[in-house]
Amino acid sequence: MNHLILAPVILPAILAPLIVLAMRHEITLQRVFSVAGSAALVVIAFLLFGQAETGQIQVYEMGNWPAPFGIVLVLDRLSALMVMMTSILGLGVALYAMGSGWDARGKHFHALFQFQVMGINGAFLTGDAFNLFVFFEILLIASYGLMIHAGGRMRLRAGVQYVVYNLAGSALFLFALGTIYGVTGTLNMADLAMRVAALPEGDGALLRVGAVLLLIVFAVKAAVVPIHFWLPNTYTHAPAPVAALFAIMTKVGAYAILRMYTLVFGPDMPAIGTLAGDWLLPAAVVTVTLGMLGVLGSKHLGRLVSFSVIGSMGTLFLAIGIFTPEATAAALYYMIHSTFAAAVLFLIADLVVARRGAAGADVVAAPPIAQNGLIAALFFGAAIAMTGLPPLSGFIGKLLILDAAREGAQMVVIFAAILITSLIAVVGFARAGTTVFWKAYAVEGTSTPAPAQELPLVVTGALLSTMALLVALAGPVTGYLEATSAQLYERELYIEAVMPPVNAEGMPIPQSGTPEGEGPLPPDGPQTALPDGAEPGTVPGAYDNEGAQ
Amino acid sequence: MSLVLIAALPFIGALFPGLMIRAGRNACAMMTGSFTLLALILLLIEAPAVLQGEVIRNQISWIPSLGLHANFFLDGLGLLFAGMILGIGLLVILYARFYLYKTDPMGQFYTYLMLFQGAMVGIVLSDNILLLLIFWELTSLSSFLLIGYWKHLPEGRQGARMALAVTGGGGLALIGGMLLLGGIVGSYDMTVILQSRDVIQASPWYLPALLLILLGCFTKSAQFPFHFWLPHAMAAPTPVSAYLHSATMVKAGLFLMARLWPVLAGTDAWFYIVGITGLITMVLGAVIALFKDDLKALLAFSTVSHLGLITMLLGFGTAEAAVVAVFHIINHATFKAALFMTAGIVDHEAHTRDIKRLGGLRHLMPITFTIATIAALSMAGIPLLNGFLSKEMMLEEAAHTDIWVGIFATLGALFSVAYSFRFIAHTFLGPKRDDYPGHPHDPGFGLWAAPAFLAVLVVIIGILPQTVVGALVAATSGAVIQAELPYYSLQLWHGVTPALFMSIIAVVGGVLVLMSFRRMEGVWNALPRPEAKTIFDWIVEGIAGASRRLTDALHDGAISRYLMIFAATAVITGVVSFMGGTHAAGTHQLLPAGPMAIIGLLLLTVASLGVVLFHRNRLLSLVIISVNGLVISLGFVYLSAPDLALTQLTVEVVTIILLLLALNFLPKETPRESTMGRKWRDGIVSVAAGIAVGGLAYALMARDLAFQSISQFHLDQSYPGGGGTNVVNVILVDFRGYDTFGEIIVLGIAALAIYALTQTLLHGRASRRLMEIGKGIKRDGDRHPLMLVVATRVMMPIAVMVGVYIFLRGHNEPGGGFVAGLVVSIALLMQYMASGFAWAQARQRADYHAIIASGVLIAAATGVGAWFADRPFLTSAFGYFQIPPMDKFELATAMAFDLGVFLAVVGSVMLALASLSRLARRAGETVNDTPMDIDPSKTTEEAR
Repeated sequence: MNHLILAPVILPAILAPLIVLAMRHEITLQRVFSVAGSAALVVIAFLLFGQAETGQIQVYEMGNWPAPFGIVLVLDRLSALMVMMTSILGLGVALYAMGSGWDARGKHFHALFQFQVMGINGAFLTGDAFNLFVFFEILLIASYGLMIHAGGRMRLRAGVQYVVYNLAGSALFLFALGTIYGVTGTLNMADLAMRVAALPEGDGALLRVGAVLLLIVFAVKAAVVPIHFWLPNTYTHAPAPVAALFAIMTKVGAYAILRMYTLVFGPDMPAIGTLAGDWLLPAAVVTVTLGMLGVLGSKHLGRLVSFSVIGSMGTLFLAIGIFTPEATAAALYYMIHSTFAAAVLFLIADLVVARRGAAGADVVAAPPIAQNGLIAALFFGAAIAMTGLPPLSGFIGKLLILDAAREGAQMVVIFAAILITSLIAVVGFARAGTTVFWKAYAVEGTSTPAPAQELPLVVTGALLSTMALLVALAGPVTGYLEATSAQLYERELYIEAVMPPVNAEGMPIPQSGTPEGEGPLPPDGPQTALPDGAEPGTVPGAYDNEGAQ
Repeated sequence: MSLVLIAALPFIGALFPGLMIRAGRNACAMMTGSFTLLALILLLIEAPAVLQGEVIRNQISWIPSLGLHANFFLDGLGLLFAGMILGIGLLVILYARFYLYKTDPMGQFYTYLMLFQGAMVGIVLSDNILLLLIFWELTSLSSFLLIGYWKHLPEGRQGARMALAVTGGGGLALIGGMLLLGGIVGSYDMTVILQSRDVIQASPWYLPALLLILLGCFTKSAQFPFHFWLPHAMAAPTPVSAYLHSATMVKAGLFLMARLWPVLAGTDAWFYIVGITGLITMVLGAVIALFKDDLKALLAFSTVSHLGLITMLLGFGTAEAAVVAVFHIINHATFKAALFMTAGIVDHEAHTRDIKRLGGLRHLMPITFTIATIAALSMAGIPLLNGFLSKEMMLEEAAHTDIWVGIFATLGALFSVAYSFRFIAHTFLGPKRDDYPGHPHDPGFGLWAAPAFLAVLVVIIGILPQTVVGALVAATSGAVIQAELPYYSLQLWHGVTPALFMSIIAVVGGVLVLMSFRRMEGVWNALPRPEAKTIFDWIVEGIAGASRRLTDALHDGAISRYLMIFAATAVITGVVSFMGGTHAAGTHQLLPAGPMAIIGLLLLTVASLGVVLFHRNRLLSLVIISVNGLVISLGFVYLSAPDLALTQLTVEVVTIILLLLALNFLPKETPRESTMGRKWRDGIVSVAAGIAVGGLAYALMARDLAFQSISQFHLDQSYPGGGGTNVVNVILVDFRGYDTFGEIIVLGIAALAIYALTQTLLHGRASRRLMEIGKGIKRDGDRHPLMLVVATRVMMPIAVMVGVYIFLRGHNEPGGGFVAGLVVSIALLMQYMASGFAWAQARQRADYHAIIASGVLIAAATGVGAWFADRPFLTSAFGYFQIPPMDKFELATAMAFDLGVFLAVVGSVMLALASLSRLARRAGETVNDTPMDIDPSKTTEEAR
């Protein structure tokens, strides 16, 4: 039994209440523990990554209840990857928040931060659709707390919209889950996958409704137009380290779509077919267009970055929406990249604001800020990354996507969308950057002296360099991602790993190590949960509900 | 690995200038130059073999799945370009050392320059077209930095952005083209592609690929109609203009056309697109150049013209023309770089580059004059200089191609002569003036050494072409053509050919044009001309403005519209997806509706309508909402779900109380914001959503599951496996305890967030607003009435006892930690409401933060405890115990977990209450230390 799988959830889940309990009046203690916890998470994530790299899918059965009856955590390549991204970004954000003093501008930053990390990791690791909902709630409410950290009129106003919009999304999540449960009678993802494949044809329409509602829920998180409206104001007004952390939040939506629409509602399901792609691809084209136009039209650095996040999500969904192993591998590369690109940009915007005085984040000419050259260089690098120019990973990501999009009818549209919006973004970033960092030299006046903080600069630079690393290591990284993608499309592997083997009578065979007489052994009697004679990995469709007869 | 090193050296060199500048400007320049020199030496070591026709390759595997590898190769074409880039690069580094002003940050300059150099070398050595794309875009980026080097100048910033938009945009088109090309061939290796001519030209994707690739080449090489960015790039310091915008970067497009010439050229499409674009660019550039008064602008347009010339030659698609193109690339690089440098010297010394303010400089700057004259005459195509040779050959090719091409080529040559002569005559000849802005004189050796060297090359290539560059031209042409070289001869005298006559016409005509310059200038200035920059700015500003208006209008913060779109999206996608599937209607019989159900339905409907109607009155709508909650609780009772009913009921009570308290700080009425149209819009969407949800629920309830639901297992296992007869509770604390763990964390976070939020409201503007609100609140005379105080005091122990009871029996009967927590919270809430927060607070010591935290920690610890029995998280254990005289009773770890739930719930509710009461106090509520306002047990005097 590998308790390490639970660590990315339980470590922050224990750390956060400890911080509340014992350290809530002492910011230094909070910082030490929060950063140490984040660092430990990075180590754990690397260990898990190493385990997942073997290709074996590991399952952790909560409460020792077998799937599909209890909740399972599943560690496969994709979830290990997502947890690793979260932990690295989390450590960066914790350090930045500490170095810049953001964490001291309100109450409970570190506790909420740890809860947030817990929520994100839990969403990545769970193998249960309803549990995913629970973790969506955790990350939503924690993100709301973080978003309004330090208060302020605009921030609170944006916060209300954020939480209201996302609660609407949560409500729809319940509708979707209700529909899916109402059709299939289960919520475990692997079980769902088996049942969906064996569903009678007449249930197809309702299943499609459930699937598409779920798609919308995830698309809200992923800020796909036209259900992205919560994002621009939220990200613009959120405290910078929080906005940086939120870069992974949109990816939670993307992850969930990837997971559910390969495993459960995959393209080879007769009732589902290309349902997800059919909705996602056109939406992605609009998303990337609107996002990058927003970049061009923004007069505020934070807003500009927010729109670039929308644009990058559009690009990402152009790749995800294709739903082929190659395109998904490309999407994963771009997902890693765009997470760090967005995070770095938010931090840089904050570095500017911290040195700028009255001009704030407005894209106007103000006297040169302290360390103008250095921060301009950081911005230049991050803008290159976000717009997808070489030599940073955005370029490789876009090449991968374009390369993968070459087959199929959608090629022209995807090529045009990606290339043209890249140009729009380049122009947008160039206009903003030259105004903020170059035009400054044409303005007389003095600026605020540099805050005596080195850490934020170091953190920002380090996060930026991850994107150079992604390029240098592109070979091994794409290799891993291809294996990840292949694992996603080999649904049987996942199903076999999660669903317990059953014996000839259809009873789950107890796992070795489960002692007799304890634990959830199925009772004797007619109400067995699994079908007679079902083999591991076969479909439980053999048994019909008695009521149906 | 020497090729990799050659490509890498400039990048490595880019790391040092920023540091070395601390050791002085000479050290900085020398350090920078040494990297270029080293790369050049490495290149020259390879040169002999390449000139023999060998191709040198270095390959490093990078991204196998994409087909992107760090593959380099060096053939004649690569050698020519790499040699030019590094050679002229070295000269430019030298020149820039003396050109830059003391105030200019030299380290930055050299860094950018070296970045550019590395990118450029990378382009010409790439054996992988994706790798080439990387370097291609890098040149655009470094050029952006170099053009904008003087950050305070608006021209610099605008020129940089324009260049980036045009060349970067072209680069994006090139990406598309290259991917298509690679797709046709099935490989991104240049070597493979170069051998796939037939496949490529037969493919239906040939034309799209060609167009996109040419778009990249034409933008980079400033071909009509994309030529406009180049003159604006002249805002860069002159070394940059000499290097990037005449000798190297703008030739990247030519390079690529030459590189792909074997596979792309030879079709009609290639001939017409490339040939005609080149021809137009050549003539247009030459004509505009003549009328430019800015020396650098004149040279910029002449560069455009010469690039057009070379493009045209490549476009002809014949081997002979390709040889000429190669030869002219060499010649143009030598004389044009020299010319830019002399223009820079003039600017540097005379403090102006405006021809109208210059003239007569030959007396003051004899060395500069000599260099400039040699170079300019070569540009004009005067014999004995290298420009003559290649222009002569170009005219020959043009004459062979078509009579009209010949005529236009001659016209271009004519204007070329005219502007070259003008450059000499109007700058250096004529009378000396006394109104130069500076004091022109020849500069030091350092500044004129580089152009002088190039001028020497111009002459010796002009006189001894075959000896000096014969081998290079042959090797390069061989690489371009990838086949047998045609017959050609690099020599001064080709006999009496059509080209000779065309040349004579051009020279004579050019002189005539210059003589009538004043008149022609008047006509030119009177002509209406589209100003490229104005159009470009208009387009960019137009799109940017439109984007701003669009995004601002869409994201104006109207949450009602956002939600309307959300609901509409859900309904539309849901309905459309439903239509796309097969639906077999459910088979369940409808049950008759009993009176309870009908009453409940009516209540729900009326209450919902009531909220819609009275939503502007916040208190009233809250009251009506609570009706909904109660009906739903009753619904649970009706459907035999006592646990849910209990939970729903208590949740309702707590939330409504907290909401009531929160309403204190909000306006009593919602402002009237919706227009009639908007109400209709929202109404239609909501009705549609309601019908859709109703239909969905009906469809689901009317059918049976195709498979047995997992709930049967829960029913079966609740007692034997979970040790409880209340399935709901066992699900909560055992089967799905992990969900519950998550949910109590949600509650805890919510309370923490409320606390943090209210904390921020106690300072600054929010605080002042609160006090304003406080003044408006009408306070009751008897806020803590006797009856309420007494009643709640009596209720308190009973309620707590009920809570404990519900908690304890939870595992087997309806109840559990969650409900118990809410019941106890309500009991506490009542005390606070009855006697005020301060009074109640003073009578309990526990900190709510601690209660929440310990709740979560207890739950977590219970879960982790299972690890010690080598079970997964939250595995429960239970047993039955007997302590006389009590009955046998059960103890389960799930109870500890439930205790955590209980504490988290109580703590969260109370922390929320505490937070609200802090706000209330800030809003001016007075603190009371007595349980009730009017205490009849005391005398009136005492009470006061």
